[in-house]
Amino acid sequence: MLSLSRELHDKIVAHARADHPDEACGVIAGPAGSDHPDRFIPMMNAERSPTFYRFDSMEQFQVWKEMDERDEEPIVIYHSHTATEAYPSRTDVSYASEPGAHYVLVSTRAPDRTDFRSYRIVDEVITEEPVEIADVE
Amino acid sequence: MAIEVRIPTILRTYTGGAKQVEGKGSTLSELIDDIDSSHTGLKDRLIADGGLRRFVNVYLNDEDVRFLGGLETPVKDGDTVTVLPAVAGGAA
Repeated sequence: MLSLSRELHDKIVAHARADHPDEACGVIAGPAGSDHPDRFIPMMNAERSPTFYRFDSMEQFQVWKEMDERDEEPIVIYHSHTATEAYPSRTDVSYASEPGAHYVLVSTRAPDRTDFRSYRIVDEVITEEPVEIADVE
Repeated sequence: MAIEVRIPTILRTYTGGAKQVEGKGSTLSELIDDIDSSHTGLKDRLIADGGLRRFVNVYLNDEDVRFLGGLETPVKDGDTVTVLPAVAGGAA
């Protein structure tokens, strides 16, 4: 299960909407081993494409270095699909390189609704999981 | 010559869980061959068709080796090489 705050959920949705029709992408970091996402890190999509995303290699280096220094890890890796459903594609599965992360997929294909779903992707197996959104202070 | 190589989570199956390993060599290519000799299989995850794999990022200290010399990038004792699989995907 993915538990995250309403605020973080809304930030992901807002980022996806802002970058539509390009795919948006980013990370939510949290303390290592906690499974608690708390630091929102939107990333640049170096591909700037409506069908593909990739973190810029130097931006990824800086973010990963900073997480390491803060004893954090990437709890959530999110990206949006802008014309298809919020389900991992074959490409998403083949490039899923953080086995401990929750992969959040958002779909902005409909103008009046944003689908928000979460998955584990381990050894090329996709497992959807429930998303619990907490309204916290 | 000892060069520290930082290993991402997904490749730690090749290093018995170790987050970093030490190696030697005067180029990145030699360094990778050296660490592959003690951690078999690592080279194949980093190199394909004679070059660095497209969706694996390798950094020498704070620079992406794509902008240095790729596999021929010179390395020396005291350097840190970091491997990070690219984060990518998409609807396509």
